[in-house]
Amino acid sequence: MRYVLRTSYRQDTRLFKDGLPQYGWYLAMLACALAAPAFLGIHHVSQLTFVLIFAIAGIGFQIMLGFCGLISLGQAGFLAIGAYACVFLERRGVPFVLALPAAALISAAAGAALGVPVLRLKGLYLAMATMSLGFIIEEAAARWTTVTGGNAGMMVPPISVFGYRLGSDVPLYFLCLGLLLASLWVAANLLRSPTGRAMVAVRDSQIAAQSMGVEAARVKTKAFALSAFFTGIAGALMAHKLSFISPDQFTLAISIELLIMILIGGIGSLRGVVFGAIFLVAMPELLAELEQLLPGGNLPALRPLAFGLLLILVMLFEPRGINGLVEKAVDYVKLVPLYRKGMFARQRSFAKSERW
Amino acid sequence: MAQFLQQIVSGVSVGCVYALIALAFVLIYKATETVNFAVGEMMMIGAFLGFTFVSIYALPLWLAAIVAIAATAGLAAVLERVFLRPMVGEPAFAVLVVTIGLGLCIRSVALMVPAWSGETVRITTPLSGSVLRVGSIVISADHLAVVAATAAIVGGFFVFFRRTRAGLAMQAVSQSQLAATYMGVRTRSISTLVWAIAGAITAIAGLLLAPIAFIHVNMGLLGLKAVPAAIIGGFSSLPGAVVGGITLGICESLAGFYLPEGFSDIAGYILVLVVLALRPEGLFGEKIQKRV
Repeated sequence: MRYVLRTSYRQDTRLFKDGLPQYGWYLAMLACALAAPAFLGIHHVSQLTFVLIFAIAGIGFQIMLGFCGLISLGQAGFLAIGAYACVFLERRGVPFVLALPAAALISAAAGAALGVPVLRLKGLYLAMATMSLGFIIEEAAARWTTVTGGNAGMMVPPISVFGYRLGSDVPLYFLCLGLLLASLWVAANLLRSPTGRAMVAVRDSQIAAQSMGVEAARVKTKAFALSAFFTGIAGALMAHKLSFISPDQFTLAISIELLIMILIGGIGSLRGVVFGAIFLVAMPELLAELEQLLPGGNLPALRPLAFGLLLILVMLFEPRGINGLVEKAVDYVKLVPLYRKGMFARQRSFAKSERW
Repeated sequence: MAQFLQQIVSGVSVGCVYALIALAFVLIYKATETVNFAVGEMMMIGAFLGFTFVSIYALPLWLAAIVAIAATAGLAAVLERVFLRPMVGEPAFAVLVVTIGLGLCIRSVALMVPAWSGETVRITTPLSGSVLRVGSIVISADHLAVVAATAAIVGGFFVFFRRTRAGLAMQAVSQSQLAATYMGVRTRSISTLVWAIAGAITAIAGLLLAPIAFIHVNMGLLGLKAVPAAIIGGFSSLPGAVVGGITLGICESLAGFYLPEGFSDIAGYILVLVVLALRPEGLFGEKIQKRV
């Protein structure tokens, strides 16, 4: 656990609670991200762009799952809505600068609308309901051929901003970086706003939150809508990165990959989202390297095995994911002379039945 | 009319397979409050083991079925012991994620078996090809076998839960783990037993499905159709799971016949959303009220 030493009341509501040292790290990371295209080849920049896009989608998921405690297995559906809405608008001649926010808003509206019937559901029922929604949206994308191009897919026009054509490599990378930073900033601020705090309260105990005057249904609808908003942006960016969309990019497997990303990165933390996105993109690359070394290994089999095993290991040994490990490491360095074994031992909790 | 009945009949037989998987799902949920996302993969393993014993080792059908069922049950018990036991006391969501991980692992291991990966195979039985005619309706013997086996299993469960010590202990555990432990029920062995039984049921479902549909490594996704079935019936009700499965099968079959293409795949999910919107606890589920 990380304890923030508070020296003033204002500190609780500050965006960066620790002050300067944290700024330093973040600025260094930002500098690396800005300088990356100058040193890396096209392939790696492209992979980095995917990291950024997945991180934006992850922010959306984190708001829903990490902050509001709503399990969703239908995130791919919102990804699809964002992607198709953006491409549809652009093909009708709407400029990208307007199409992207419009797509995000359409996705958010869909999230709010779809959220209403499933709001009464809790936990696993909600997971099933959102999974069903995901399947339905995927099937709709395959069948509504006039808008989506159906199973054959659709080419995505290149991005043009105020007459400039943005290539899908370095310029798109910087666009995604900017949008990720903006999303992180919005999400971090959201967390310290009344809405964000209400979400966390609903996650920790809905009944307690309701007794304190939080309107749970409204907060959950907001979480759905916000989640769909960010996921929609990611979907639109992904469509442009791949410059092709088809329904099989938005399957349950993607929803589960996003879930894996959040869990391995670290649930309930925005930093975890970025770690998770890096993991999600870097893992297949590492596996591809590994496959060269192993004579019998085949990649389609190795990838689910690695994801599955890591998921189990993370859940068994480090439920807070990579972010938890990083925080422990930082605390260890801070405490080093005073560190003793068992300091980070997890408290054993007893099963809280969902039935009673 | 005849066509309508024909669709219903084929819907019922597929629905029975869903019902069996849903049964395994609900059984595990009731006794251990674990949502097992790996049921589909367990079914896949059962079906492939059966296929291996029949086609590659050329065992007689009944022996192959018994060995496959026993092996899947054993596998499920081992999985429970190794991966799920340490998760006791963790949030339900964390356990759900572990089972998703298990499902991924099982599927990739199946992909690595050379005889299994990339193949769609089918088990042929002596029954294959023969049909039964009732009026103008044609029922294939394989479909009939599915329905009969499901009825037998459900009947067997009814007796098991009412009459045997282990069955009663499972009922006790599913109502309250804590109280059952105080009364001397060995909760841990019961949960391993529940997983083993669920493994056996999924293996049976896989074996029953093998003659009427192709088996392949990704058939575990079919297990995800059993989840809607379990939900429609209410997560916590065993008869509900059976009714839900059959409802789902009929619904899909009718949607495939009367509605435009594509609806048969998602009919079940639409049904789930409708049921959940009207009755959030499912058709037969008990209403959950939280005590503060």
